[in-house]
Amino acid sequence: MHIIDRRLNPGSKSLENRQRFLRRARALVQGAVKKSSQDRDIKDVLEGGEVSIPLDGMHEPRFRREGGTRDMVLPGNKKFVEGDMLPRSGESRRKASGPGEGDSEDAFRFVLSRDEFVDLFLDDLELPDLAKRKLAQAESEGLRRAGYTTSGSPANLSVSRTVRLALARRVALRRPRPETIAQLEAELADCDEARRAALLAEIETLKAKIRRIPFIDPIDIRYRRFETVPKPVAQAVMFCLMDVSGSMSEHMKDLAKRFYMLLYVFLTRRYRHVEIVFIRHTDRAEEVDEDTFFHGPASGGTLVSSALEAMHEIVRSRFRPADWNIYAAQASDGDNSTSDSDAVSRLLTDKILPVSQFFAYLEVGEAGGSTFEMPDSSLWTLYQRLRAEGAPLSIRKVSERSEIFPVFHDLFQRRQKREKAAS
Amino acid sequence: MTATTDRLFEGADWDFQTLQRIHDACEEIARSELGLDTYPNQIEVITAEQMLDAYSSVGMPLFYKHWSFGKHFAHQEASYRKGLMGLAYEIVINSSPCISYLMEENTATMQTLVIAHAAFGHNHFFKNNYLFKQWTDAEGILDYLDFAKNYVAQCEERHGRLAVEQTLDAAHALMSHGIDRYPGKKKLDLRAEEKRAGDRRLHEEGAFNDLWRTVPTGPIKSPELLNTERRRNLLGLPQENLLYFLEKTAPRLQPWQREVLRIVRHIAQYFYPQSQTKVMNEGTATYVHYRIMTRLHEQGQISDGNFLEFLQSHTNVVFQPEFDDQRFSGFNPYALGFAMMQDIERIVSSPDDEDREWFPDIAGTGDVMAVLRDIWANYRDESFISQFLSPRLMRHLRLFHLHDDPAESAGVLVDAIHDERGYRRVRRELARQYDVGYIDANIEVVDVDLAGDRRLMLRHSVVKGAQLNEADAKRVLQHLADLWSYDVSLVEVDPTDTIEKEYVVSPRELAAAAA
Repeated sequence: MHIIDRRLNPGSKSLENRQRFLRRARALVQGAVKKSSQDRDIKDVLEGGEVSIPLDGMHEPRFRREGGTRDMVLPGNKKFVEGDMLPRSGESRRKASGPGEGDSEDAFRFVLSRDEFVDLFLDDLELPDLAKRKLAQAESEGLRRAGYTTSGSPANLSVSRTVRLALARRVALRRPRPETIAQLEAELADCDEARRAALLAEIETLKAKIRRIPFIDPIDIRYRRFETVPKPVAQAVMFCLMDVSGSMSEHMKDLAKRFYMLLYVFLTRRYRHVEIVFIRHTDRAEEVDEDTFFHGPASGGTLVSSALEAMHEIVRSRFRPADWNIYAAQASDGDNSTSDSDAVSRLLTDKILPVSQFFAYLEVGEAGGSTFEMPDSSLWTLYQRLRAEGAPLSIRKVSERSEIFPVFHDLFQRRQKREKAAS
Repeated sequence: MTATTDRLFEGADWDFQTLQRIHDACEEIARSELGLDTYPNQIEVITAEQMLDAYSSVGMPLFYKHWSFGKHFAHQEASYRKGLMGLAYEIVINSSPCISYLMEENTATMQTLVIAHAAFGHNHFFKNNYLFKQWTDAEGILDYLDFAKNYVAQCEERHGRLAVEQTLDAAHALMSHGIDRYPGKKKLDLRAEEKRAGDRRLHEEGAFNDLWRTVPTGPIKSPELLNTERRRNLLGLPQENLLYFLEKTAPRLQPWQREVLRIVRHIAQYFYPQSQTKVMNEGTATYVHYRIMTRLHEQGQISDGNFLEFLQSHTNVVFQPEFDDQRFSGFNPYALGFAMMQDIERIVSSPDDEDREWFPDIAGTGDVMAVLRDIWANYRDESFISQFLSPRLMRHLRLFHLHDDPAESAGVLVDAIHDERGYRRVRRELARQYDVGYIDANIEVVDVDLAGDRRLMLRHSVVKGAQLNEADAKRVLQHLADLWSYDVSLVEVDPTDTIEKEYVVSPRELAAAAA
C-alpha cells in the first residue's frame, strides 16, 4: 500500500478548462457582466463577483426522452392500495417523477474573479489612437540594472561581487591562509634543529606564494552595470469637469458620475497610478473633493471658460505634461453664456488640447428628453465647430442611464480592428 | 474490550502513520474475515480544492482538456462556495493500483470509514464484478488517459484548438451512444490500443504511394449490385454504437478525428459498468465499511466515541427519504444497496419461512460472505434487484408502483403495492428502473443511402411513448451530421412501426473540414 500526500501538488488543475469555458462563453459572459454592472455602483464593478449566463448557449445536448407513459416505484407508501387513482397535482407530481431527468436550470451561475470580470468588462476597448501616439512620444529614459561589468566608475563598484570573485580565485590558486603561517611559526618556537630548517623553508615558500597571489587582484573587480531604457509614463491624471449650476438636475449628475467612474476604471487598467481632479463650475470654478463634486449644493450662472482656466492652472502647477498623461471629461447640460464662447475655444485649442491625451465632452439631458427635437445647445454648437476645425474632441449626448456604457464603449472602441480588417 | 493502547488513534487527529495503521487493521479484517480480494491500494490525501478539480474531470486524476469540464468546475465551485453542496469524503478510481482520494479535512474516524469503504469495498467490487472484468482494463486506464490527454493536446497543436473542440463537442454529445452493450468482441486492452494507434499511423505513412491515386478505378458498379442486404452487412448494420460507426465509416473524417472519437468511445465504455452497478457498488462498499468498522470497535481498536461518530455519518449516508418528503429525489443507492446486503445477510443466517420460499438457494446456507461475494461478482443492479429484493424489505421500505399514463385523465394509477399480489410486480418494475436497456433511448443506425445523397438514417424505437426531447435531439443530430458530413435523418418509430416523428439535419461547415 502506498500513501501519497498530494496536498502540495500544484492546485487549480482546472484553470485551463475554466479559461476555455470562459473563452467559449465570452459573448454570453460579457453580456452578463455588462448587465450586472448596470445595477452596481461602478466602484464595485472592480470587485468581480457572481454572474449568471443563460444555460442555453453552453448546453451540452444529449439524446433525452420525455413524455410517454411512465412507471415508477417509490418508497414510503402510507395509505395507497392497489387500484387507487391519485389525482395529478402538477408540481408535486412532477417532483416525484424522474429525478435528474429534467434539468430545469435555465441559468448557469458562477463566480468570476476580479480580473476576469474587469477583463471582460473592458475587453474590446482601447485607448484612442491619439493617446497612443502621444504615449509613444512621452517616453522618458530610465535606468535599469543590467548585470556586472569589468570597468566603470568607482561609485558603481560592487563590493560583494568583487570579494566573491577574489575568494574564488584565492581558493582556486590555493593561496595559503595567514592562520597556517601563524601556526607554523608557533611550531617554530619550540622544535628541534632538523625540523626547524624544514619549517623555515616551508614558511618561506608559503610567504612567497602569498606575495604572488594577491588578496584582491584587478581581475576580480566588478562594477554594477546600468542600462538606459525608455520608460513609458505610467501615471495619468483625469480631470472631471462639471457644470453644477442650477440647471443641472440630480439625474444629469448621476449620468456624469457614471461616465467618470467608467473612465476611472478604464484608466486604472492602463496606468499604474491615476489621479483624479474634480473641478466644478458655475460662473466660477473651484477644485473640490469627490463628495462635494457630486452632492455639494451650488448655484450661479454658467461660465465654462472658468473651469477650463482652472484646469489649465492645475496642469501648469501640478501635472507636467511630460510626466503625466492627461485625460479630461467634461459634463454639462450644454448651457453657456454666448459671450464665453471665444474664451472657451481659445483656451481649448491653445492650452488644453495640446497637452491632453483625450478630451471628452458629454452633454447630459433629462431622462426621456428627446434630444433630437431640441435645438443644439450653445456649448454643443461651439464644440462641433471646433471639431470641424480639426480639434481632437470627442462629444456625445446622453440622456438615459442605459446609454452610458454604449457611449463609453463607442468612444474607446478598439480601432485597429477596422484597420486590420481593411489591410 | 482490550486496553486503550491498542487503539488505532485517539480523538480526531491523524497523520500518515495513523493512516498506515488504519489501512493495515482494515486489511486484516477484510482479508481474513470478509475474504475480500482487492487490487493493491494507493491512498492519496488531497485538499478540498483538489477534490473540486477531480469532480470536474469526472473524478479521474488526469484527463484531456475541454471547456465542458471548466463549466462543471465553475458551477460546482460556485455552489460549494455558497455552501449549497458538500464535497464527497472520497473518490475512488477503478484502476490497479486502486487509487482512493481522501480529503485532508476528514477526522481520523472518517478516514477509517473512507478507507474501509473505498479502498476495500469499492476496490473488491471493481476487481471482481463481471461487468468491470468484461469492460474495463484497470491496469491500463491511467496510461490510456495519459495517452488520450497527450493525443488531444497534440491534435490541438497540429490542427487548431477550434477543430479539436468541435470534434470533442460532437463526440461528447454522442457519448451515451458510443458503447458496446454486448460482449463478444475481445476484451479491450488499452495499452495495446495505444500502441495500435501509433502502428496504424506508421503503416499509413509507410504504405503511402502517390501512384495509387493515378490508378484508374474500375467501372462504376450498378446500384443493383449494392443491394440493401449486402450494404447493410458490409457496414455492420444495424449499429447502435454511433461513435463506433462514425469512427469506422464516416466518409470525410480526418484520421485524428477518428482517433478522438475512439478515445471518447473508450472512456464511455470504461464508465459503462459504473452506471449499471450504482446500487450494488455503493451497497457493497457501505456493507463492507459497516462490517469493518463494527469489527474494529468490537476489537477495541476504535473508541466508543469514535464509533458513535461513525454511526452518525453512516446513518446520514444510508438515509432514504420517503416519496412525499421534501428531500426525496429518487432512491438513494447507498440506502437501497446497504439494506439489500443486510437483508441477504439475514436470509442466509437466520431465514424465516417466507425467505425459504422466495430464496431457496441461499436461505439458511450459513456462509454469508460466500453468498455475498458470489452476488457481488455476478450481478448488476437490474438482475440483483430482480432476484434478491425480498418481500420483507419491500414491506419495510413500503414500496409501491405508480403507473402514469398521460391518456388517463383521472390520474395516476397505483398499480401494485407491497402485498402478496404486488411483490413480484413491484420488484420487476424497480429492477427495470435500473435496466440500461430501458434507461437509454434505443437509437440505431439502420441504413446509409450510398446510391443517393449518402444520407445516414437513424431510427429511434419509441418505448412507452417517450419521444426524444426535440431541442436536444436537434442539437445532437447536428453534431452527428457534422461528423458524418452529409445529411442525417432520424425517425422515431413506435412498436407498430408507425413513424411518429422525423428529423433531417444537414452538416455545417466545420473548421476541421477545411483543414
